[in-house]
Amino acid sequence: MIKFFLMVNKQGQTRLSKYYEHVDINKRTILETEVIKSCLSRSSEQCSFVEYKDFKLIYRQYAALFIVVGVNDTENEMAIYEFIHNFVEVLDEYFSRVSELDVSFFNAVSQAFHSIWQNTG
Amino acid sequence: MRLPHRDGGAGGTAVTSVENGAALRESSCHPSNGNTVTVRPSRYETVRWLVQRQSGGSIGERDGCSETPGAVSKSRAQLHSPLLAGRTGGLFWAEVVASPGKSKEAEIKRINKELANIRSKFKGDKALDGYSKKKYVCKLLFIFLLGHDIDFGHMEAVNLLSSNRYTEKQIGYLFISVLVNSNSELIRLINNAIKNDLASRNPTFMGLALHCIANVGSREMAEAFAGEIPKILVAGDTMDSAKQSAALCLLRLYRTSPHLVPTGDWASRVVHLLNDQHLGVVTAATSLITTLAQKNPEEFKTSVSLAVSRLSRIVTSASTDLQDYTYYFVPAPWLSVKLLRLLQCYPPPEDPAVRGRLTECLETILNKAQEPPKSKKVQHSNAKNAVLFEAISLIIHHDSEPNLLVRACNQLGQFLQHRETNLRYLALESMCALASSEFSHEAVKTHIETVIAALKTERDVSVRQRAVDLLYAMCDRSNAQQIVAEMLSYLETADYSIREEIVLKVAILAEKYAVDYTWYVDTILNLIRIAGDYVSEEVWYRVIQIVINRDDVQGYAAKTVFESLQAPACHENLVKVGGYILGEFGNLIAGDPRSSPLVQFNLLHSKFHLCSVPTRALLLSTYIKFVNLFPEVKPTIQDVLRSDSQLRNADAELQQRAVEYLRLSTVASTDILATVLEEMPPFPERESSILAKLKKKKGPGTVMGLEEGKRERGPDINGGPEPAPASATSTPSPSADLLGLGAVPPAPAGPPPSSGGLLVDVFSDSPSAVAPLAPGSEDNFARFVCKNNGVLFENQLLQIGLKSEFRQNLGRMFIFYGNKTSTQFLNFTPTLICSDDLQANLSLQTKPVDPTVDGGAQVQQVVNIECVSDFTEAPVLNIQFRYGGTFQNVSVKLPITLNKFFQPTEMASQDFFQRWKQLSSPQQEVQNIFKAKHPMDTEITKAKIIGFGSALLEEVDPNPANFVGAGIIHTRTTQIGCLLRLEPNLQAQMYRLTLRTSKETVSQRLCALLSEQF
Repeated sequence: MIKFFLMVNKQGQTRLSKYYEHVDINKRTILETEVIKSCLSRSSEQCSFVEYKDFKLIYRQYAALFIVVGVNDTENEMAIYEFIHNFVEVLDEYFSRVSELDVSFFNAVSQAFHSIWQNTG
Repeated sequence: MRLPHRDGGAGGTAVTSVENGAALRESSCHPSNGNTVTVRPSRYETVRWLVQRQSGGSIGERDGCSETPGAVSKSRAQLHSPLLAGRTGGLFWAEVVASPGKSKEAEIKRINKELANIRSKFKGDKALDGYSKKKYVCKLLFIFLLGHDIDFGHMEAVNLLSSNRYTEKQIGYLFISVLVNSNSELIRLINNAIKNDLASRNPTFMGLALHCIANVGSREMAEAFAGEIPKILVAGDTMDSAKQSAALCLLRLYRTSPHLVPTGDWASRVVHLLNDQHLGVVTAATSLITTLAQKNPEEFKTSVSLAVSRLSRIVTSASTDLQDYTYYFVPAPWLSVKLLRLLQCYPPPEDPAVRGRLTECLETILNKAQEPPKSKKVQHSNAKNAVLFEAISLIIHHDSEPNLLVRACNQLGQFLQHRETNLRYLALESMCALASSEFSHEAVKTHIETVIAALKTERDVSVRQRAVDLLYAMCDRSNAQQIVAEMLSYLETADYSIREEIVLKVAILAEKYAVDYTWYVDTILNLIRIAGDYVSEEVWYRVIQIVINRDDVQGYAAKTVFESLQAPACHENLVKVGGYILGEFGNLIAGDPRSSPLVQFNLLHSKFHLCSVPTRALLLSTYIKFVNLFPEVKPTIQDVLRSDSQLRNADAELQQRAVEYLRLSTVASTDILATVLEEMPPFPERESSILAKLKKKKGPGTVMGLEEGKRERGPDINGGPEPAPASATSTPSPSADLLGLGAVPPAPAGPPPSSGGLLVDVFSDSPSAVAPLAPGSEDNFARFVCKNNGVLFENQLLQIGLKSEFRQNLGRMFIFYGNKTSTQFLNFTPTLICSDDLQANLSLQTKPVDPTVDGGAQVQQVVNIECVSDFTEAPVLNIQFRYGGTFQNVSVKLPITLNKFFQPTEMASQDFFQRWKQLSSPQQEVQNIFKAKHPMDTEITKAKIIGFGSALLEEVDPNPANFVGAGIIHTRTTQIGCLLRLEPNLQAQMYRLTLRTSKETVSQRLCALLSEQF
């Protein structure tokens, strides 16, 4: 099951976050910082799955933007990994050549986001 | 909401017609109804252009995914990410946000101005039209997301909900999703609006309402709509998109408050959604059913056959059949994964037809993995492999088709050498689960070399970690030596984060599969040498337990630790193990002049000053043990103990040990020393504390499941030395307390007891007494059969100690209740419970105790006992009290047993055999042959027979290895003569116990009691 979804840039700024379980606001900040730190420190030779506390993080990097999905251990890593790409393709179609800036268009992204990710949890 | 899967065959052209982004939005929320949408992509462009103009960029610069420099400013709005202004208030947005140069004050000023404007508009006399209302609500939302408080506008947002225009409704819903909390007045209005939309039959509006319920997902919403949504879901005339949203909305409500979503008659109809024409509905329904079925598998059982047939249709479809749902030539990969996951909620289907069809599906999936890829794109193989891994999970879950399991294993074996790190990682992970299946365990083992290579060459620590897990899982007797050696050598370079876990794993494997215990000792000492810091207490406790319990390895252990200690720098844990083992078994190597007593002592003492306090305390105990083992070093040790650095040590524990040990070595005679400092008795067999630690560390993770799985399959793989009894889960004493003196029962005070027997009692008590006991533990009860004093029960709150004496058929027992907390116990009432049978044969008299026990205090209760006639049961002591508001209830068996009323009788050989013959009728004799539970030590056995109460008759039996005892059981009415004979067989590790008494029941009871002791 998906626990949370993050879009974070290389500077560690969160562009979009969605939690499927209640997490306190201040804990979110800590969690997001740690999550991006553990993803940033990895090289391309390393695998895209990171164990982090009770979660498993699945991440993909698109230029300066990281998409990180936190799942519990019953989730199919490869399916989520590829779904991230599918999501990005959707955004790409929508914005025709998607960039980090586009993600800031909350309204549009959230619409696409909810429609698509709700179903994968 | 159709997932816009792309059809890669058309060269990347989207199936959904996307011209300017607007259509996609449409398709993503209401594909069937495009008329109501008025999206203005041009607005986006305006805003974008504004941003770029302000930040000095130009539109043309936005190439690919690269960031436009400066555009993503440090502005907080960007941090918060929201940008609602796409449609309304673009200028305002641009002014506030996209001007990085402006100060915060300016921003606040601008916002306050805007807020005042909006407020006046809302308050104004003129009724606002829908468009303006939407515009201002949207601005408010934006201001809120910038981090400012909004205290008005809620009503206007709620009004928007009843608008008939999509855009207005949408902003209204967005606003309340983000901003409304459980303000009761508004919630009622909102719920009303939602209700209207749900009933509207307009799928767009229904979609918005359902999204809102799902996004808010509060308890109130769940209460209001949990009954409504299932109806929408199963109604025949609901549009596909609304059905899909309804299923997901219900799923969300179920996850937040499951009790509010009762499964009802709609359950069976939901299952039939798996047959729906629309794959979007099927996907949503599968998610819902999977979650519901985990709680009530019975109600959704029919979903299995439907899921199998749906899956079968997907896997066998041609790569383009499913149109939108084909992702890079893979038909509906995510739906397949979901269906396979749903099937994992159930055992293999019983219906042979369904089962056959499922097996076919799984075979097809495995076959496809072997076929050449239909596309070179990585997306194609990723999607295909996602399905493959889920299929393998299902195969492992069913664990019933050897053929499939072995094929899965071979497939994963190929992935182990794949160039993609992700695949190698996942293959190692899945294989770990395969290793626990008996069908595929052997197949997994064939990959051992590859896995070991992975350990050495992988660049990613998480992959190496998986390799370690897999090696642990595939380990059995045949490859244990190799795997342990590889893990040890990897440990030298392993990442710090996983060292402790590897240490635990090595320790467990070494113990479990040790055929030769010298190998085990070597392994553990190596472990301490390589990664001493990561060797937890449990690990070195365990090696000591094993060395003490197995006399064949003691000499070797002493020699090895002695050699290891000679290294110039050795880890403190090695000093601990070395100190303990030499203290116990140093005599076994003292014959060699290179390890003479003095050399041993000097070696240990050279490490003394470098060690921490607990280790020093342990070493002091070793020294006093040396005094007993080697009288020749006594003066040296006394000098050390006498030195100021010991006798006046600032640490109270060290000082006390030094003083006491020095005194003991001076005043006690050799005999007393020998008894006090006797070799430690064997530890009771129990579950390896290391295993417990690993389980705890891992939590409910894979390793634990694996361990459990292996254990269930019986002794074939788990044939290690330890089929651990699950009941005893005690951990060793927390302090490094050699003598266990810390655990002395509260009773003996005053001068050191002079009788050897009592000391033996105190002594044999130590390893178990500290253990937390399950209430009514039989184990502890058995320990009191041969002794009268000790700790009967202990938990975090309460300690119960016993001291008792018996003469003829009378006895007196002192029960000490110690309050270990700092809080008072209230209503403290201990009760003795005897069954009717027992009451007739055993008379117990006691007085009630004070109902309050102060924190840290101890109260005493005296029980007067009279044995009326022989008995078999034991009374139960029940203690009830209140501790800090909670009620506590503890029951323990009170060790009053028939043998307590034994009077020893000395007799000569001739007498013994004469009486033995007299008691020759078959009812009088009871014989039991049993396996030794503890090492067969003559001295301990003698002590136990004496403790049991009978006289130990020397030189009676022609075979000196046998033990013979005699005594009389006293009851009020009669006296019963008892003769016993215990014949050990060292080779078979068995005993034969024969009892002859004048009464059948007595023979049986005594035999049962005594058999438990060896």
